[in-house]
Amino acid sequence: MYALQWKEKVCATCPSADCLLKCQYISFARHDEAHGEMMKVVRGEDSRVLHECATCYACEEYCKRGNHPFYLISERREERGMFTAPRPITNQWKNMTQMQGKYMVGQVKDKALSCCFIPDLGILGTGEIFKDVASAVAFGAEFMCPAVHTHFARMSVIKERLPIVIENFVKLGVKEVICLHDECYGTFTAIASAYGIDVPFKPVYYMDFLLSRMKEMKDRIKPLGIKAAYQRPCSNRLIPDKHPLVKEILDLIGVELPNREYQGENCLCCGEILRSVSGYKLADDVQERNLNDMVQTGAEYCVFNCPACQSSLSEKVAKKGLKPVHIIDLCKMALGEKERGVR
Amino acid sequence: MTYAHTIEHAEIVHRCFRCGYCKFPSDYVDFNCPSYKAFGWDTYSPGGRMWLIRAWLNDEIKSSPHFAEILYSCVACDNCKNQCVFPKFRDFLPDIFQETKAELVNDGRIPPEVRDYFKAIAISGNPYKLPQSERGKWAEGTGLQPYTNQEYLFYAGCVGSYDEVGQKMARSVGKLLSDAGISAGILGSEEACDGSEVKVLGEMGLFTKLAQENIGQFKAKGIKKIITLDPHALNVFKKDYPKLGGEFRVFHYTEILAGLIKDKKIALTNYPVKVTYHDPCYLGRHNQIYGPPREILKAIPGVELVEMHRNALNAFCCGGGGGNFFTDILGTGEDSAGRVRVREARDTRARIVAVACPSCAKMLSDAVKTEGLEDTLEVLGIAEIIERARAK
Amino acid sequence: MSDILKALIEIVGERGVSNTPEELWFYSRDPGVLTPHLPDYVVAPRTTEEVRKIVLLANREKIPVVPMGNGMSLTGLVIPLKGGIVLDMKRMNKILEVNAMARYAVVEGGTSQGVLKAYLQEHYPQLRHSIPDAPPTTTIAANAALHGQGRLTQQYGFNSEMVTGLEVVLPTGEVCLIGSPSLGPYWFSRGPTMPDLSALFLGWLGTTGIITKIGLRLYPNKKIRDVELFVTDRVDLIPDILYKLTHLEILEDVNVWFQPKPLMFQGNFHITLYFTGDTEEEIAFKRRMVWDALQEYMDSKDGGFMSVQYMKEMLMEMPQRGIADFADVPKGGGFEYSGPITIIEHFPQYAAKVVELAAKYDVLYASSARLISGGHCMMFSISFAFNRNDPAMMTRVKHALDEATAFALEMGGIPWKPNFMEQKMIMEKMDKNALKLLQMIKNNLDPQGIMNPGNWEVNS
Ligand SMILES: Cc1cc2nc3c(=O)[nH]c(=O)nc-3n(C[C@H](O)[C@H](O)[C@H](O)COP(=O)(O)OP(=O)(O)OC[C@H]3O[C@@H](n4cnc5c(N)ncnc54)[C@H](O)[C@@H]3O)c2cc1C
Ligand code: SF4
Ligand code: SF4
Ligand code: SF4
Ligand code: SF4
Repeated sequence: MYALQWKEKVCATCPSADCLLKCQYISFARHDEAHGEMMKVVRGEDSRVLHECATCYACEEYCKRGNHPFYLISERREERGMFTAPRPITNQWKNMTQMQGKYMVGQVKDKALSCCFIPDLGILGTGEIFKDVASAVAFGAEFMCPAVHTHFARMSVIKERLPIVIENFVKLGVKEVICLHDECYGTFTAIASAYGIDVPFKPVYYMDFLLSRMKEMKDRIKPLGIKAAYQRPCSNRLIPDKHPLVKEILDLIGVELPNREYQGENCLCCGEILRSVSGYKLADDVQERNLNDMVQTGAEYCVFNCPACQSSLSEKVAKKGLKPVHIIDLCKMALGEKERGVR
Repeated sequence: MTYAHTIEHAEIVHRCFRCGYCKFPSDYVDFNCPSYKAFGWDTYSPGGRMWLIRAWLNDEIKSSPHFAEILYSCVACDNCKNQCVFPKFRDFLPDIFQETKAELVNDGRIPPEVRDYFKAIAISGNPYKLPQSERGKWAEGTGLQPYTNQEYLFYAGCVGSYDEVGQKMARSVGKLLSDAGISAGILGSEEACDGSEVKVLGEMGLFTKLAQENIGQFKAKGIKKIITLDPHALNVFKKDYPKLGGEFRVFHYTEILAGLIKDKKIALTNYPVKVTYHDPCYLGRHNQIYGPPREILKAIPGVELVEMHRNALNAFCCGGGGGNFFTDILGTGEDSAGRVRVREARDTRARIVAVACPSCAKMLSDAVKTEGLEDTLEVLGIAEIIERARAK
Repeated sequence: MSDILKALIEIVGERGVSNTPEELWFYSRDPGVLTPHLPDYVVAPRTTEEVRKIVLLANREKIPVVPMGNGMSLTGLVIPLKGGIVLDMKRMNKILEVNAMARYAVVEGGTSQGVLKAYLQEHYPQLRHSIPDAPPTTTIAANAALHGQGRLTQQYGFNSEMVTGLEVVLPTGEVCLIGSPSLGPYWFSRGPTMPDLSALFLGWLGTTGIITKIGLRLYPNKKIRDVELFVTDRVDLIPDILYKLTHLEILEDVNVWFQPKPLMFQGNFHITLYFTGDTEEEIAFKRRMVWDALQEYMDSKDGGFMSVQYMKEMLMEMPQRGIADFADVPKGGGFEYSGPITIIEHFPQYAAKVVELAAKYDVLYASSARLISGGHCMMFSISFAFNRNDPAMMTRVKHALDEATAFALEMGGIPWKPNFMEQKMIMEKMDKNALKLLQMIKNNLDPQGIMNPGNWEVNS
């Protein structure tokens, strides 16, 4: 069985304890308090972190010393038989994402277009941008990154299923897997490496793909001339080096990204997981702050990266007067493939 | 389970729950299966048919004139296919009905009206038993020329060629096409029946023969694109001819006219009138063409388009489909489809019911008379309405 | 042609009678598992007068009359167990009146649920009726005749309790108005303050007369409806959870369901909670109340709210079309359910029984309970699907259902829409003097025993 590769010494000597000091959901008075709690987690002792962490993934980004605080928290919770979300919800996710042979694979040669287990991604991965890879779709639980189970502190599910998912891609004979979901890319890179799991193909982040395709079609782009607030998803915290791509892509298609409070490292969760883990009060509060912050930028659109964020926030964003749109659809709009203002 | 009779989709027949969702449109406002609406027995509903077909396959009921009437009163409107709650088999409902009719044809147990229809087509090439030489007469004065190697073939079909109401419709379309400079020719006395109704009535041998001959002729003449007057022809050309090797690009005339109007190739003046549009089943539900006829009507200055309660996917059939236009098995009673439909049109307070199919034109015109609505409601083809609004 | 056929044609015309093998075959059965029995005639009246004449004829000739809506009660209640006439009521489908201010509608005896729903939606969008999740072709009168339940039953009781007046053709042919319409033009009360005669026809499954007109309460149709889905894996908590939820007095409808397939539903009990409001604030307030009421189960990790996004459209439909889908799980066109009415406390025992029976008889189950009148009781459905082409499976389903009914009676529950065998079991168990009363009523109302005979056979 794979194990989290954890460098205890690195934590022990950490001067910042940023992982917890920056946490948006647990407050600590000082460095030593935060550091002390983290060390309890490291040593396998009980800590308020294990009870209060909202599973936002952010400490994975805050730690700049190469450790994986959030995976560790999840490991420790599972060791103690703890549940983040209610037990029936946790089990439901496990059952729902179980491999049952109901997957779909297109004409895959050396490249596959991974749609995870999210039907909406299949619709996004089409058109001129994806014309060479759209037919190479891989979709279903068999190809789904199991990262979501970190929210539920069930790292065992990840350790059990991730190698099978990787094997399933290997069986397709692919050299490259283009991941339409941040979580997949984050899993094949960040999580796999943290657990020492070998990934024998090259994971390609869809925004890298998108950017290069848009550059190739540069002369077809009609700049959109709009302002959009960006909803950064939790799984982007696993791959913070990829965050700047959003601005690059939006620049290219003439979309202004106004500054707002909850952006970059300070971005807020879409709220869906918070709702199951902590209840509606926290979720409503986070969503309300996040949306009001979007509104005050004067943005016309709310641009999404993750389809799960999009489905949880679309209706609410629209009620606030913003148009919800996925970044791929924005690109399609800039190419004239899609009408403005539609999902 | 082994059956006494066989049809291709026999293994699905027992899966109908007879729940009756298929009797309705999606908002349940009224019965939307024309044969159930007209006869009122559950046996005439889609689910009833399914159950009876199973009983018949099992030899629990025998072929009989009544069983044949039940099957032949289905107007192939496809409402049931869209409304059945079982996505895994609902697409096959119309196939099952057609396959059963084909078996009845094989057994020779079909209603006399149906037999007469087949006979007329086989002998005269059209249901009206009129001479083939008169088939192209309707086109006189339209400016349409015989097909040589124009871009499009304009295919009029039996109703457009021979029926008085159909001819009027064909002429108005033909004139617009030629006036707008569309490169289209007709086959005239060389045109043959498309076989759509022959197929839906279950005479597969005759259908295959007609289709193959048409395909041969179209290919020999180098025809690549076809504009049809009749949505039934459109449907059979699009869906069945390719299986027999006939791949053509097929358009309904309203698609072409909508393009011409959009491109301002037909000049229009004010024509102030309230119009409602009746979706032909074969254009709408069968081929999902809902937009172009409406775009045309909306483009005419002065025309106010009002929808009937049941429209588009939920439109109620005129009663002419499934060969009923010729066999008249639904009859003309109070709850027959055409009469129900014109009453629905009347309720919109429109002056004109716009139609896009020659069978609908005829069925609804007759129903307007039966209902005594001649003074309030006029049935007109889309092209005839354009004609009234054309800048002179 | 027989004299009876001639007489029937005289009453309803050629198109209103059939005795061809096709109609007789079809009207001899329903979609459930009971054995069919052929009728002699199928008759479809259009007016009360026609119904009256048919009943007089049946009296004269001593032939059974079986009123039928859409036959979707599934328990053989419209199978003509002793032949005779099946009376297809669906051509009597008019909506006669809506009194918006007094909030009631009057419809004919064969008017379907779907047509009333569409009519209200178009003409009285501020009003609604308690629509059941049965297919929309099913009829309002039949639903009352069998004490059905609908979307507003958790708030206002059985759909039969919403009846505000009846016009009935008695088994002896008299046309009888029940309730306020017997005194004046208004259909607002089924009985009170007089003796409530409507009880002579509701729950009697067409054995005491034919409903030709029915008045029905309508209720406010709020602008917004919303839904939450609470799940728990601890069946023992369900009664308490339901108690807390009903205490709120804000829920439109509450359904508790569990099923082994698809996998995502396995192991959990799902509580679908509907609530309504005229403003977003009202909705948000009600949602908060619901969440707060169940917070303790979230804290203990025993239960939580699942995201409904992907199921919302399906859950919001009225009727919920997806329910019929269960019939096709074994690729076979059928399911049947036993739906005892019971107290909520017994949920865990019933739930265990469903699973036990499904295993014992090797059949597929699904179960859904609907709360009635703020939790005074519930309808607990024990549903088994079958493949219509597999007679052995149908027999197993039948046995499983029989056993479910025996269990319900043992538990002090009341079988709902009982088939003729279950009716016998009920009568055997019931208080002897109550049975006597039942006999007195039935024998007096239907001296010839012609109304849906085989059902509520009080004398055997
Ligand atoms: C998928 C599905 C979901 C269902 N959901 C529900 C639900 O949510 N709630 C619910 O209550 N039921 C439900 N049912 C059960 C049933 O379909 C309904 O109770 C429905 O109302 C039955 O109506 P029907 O017209 O089909 O009645 P039928 O089966 O035709 O008749 C039922 C009984 O009423 C008698 N009857 C019919 N018409 C008259 C009349 N005019 N006068 C006197 N007696 C008459 C009949 O003789 C028979 O005894 C469901 C069934 C299915 C298949
Ligand atoms: S996880 Fe990273 S940031 Fe936190 S204490 Fe350890 S090294 Fe420091
Ligand atoms: S995952 Fe989020 S909530 Fe949990 S400790 Fe890390 S930063 Fe805090
Ligand atoms: S065809 Fe479909 S909708 Fe119609 S009765 Fe059968 S199962 Fe029900
Ligand atoms: S195709 Fe139309 S007429 Fe035929 S059964 Fe279906 S709904 Fe009825």
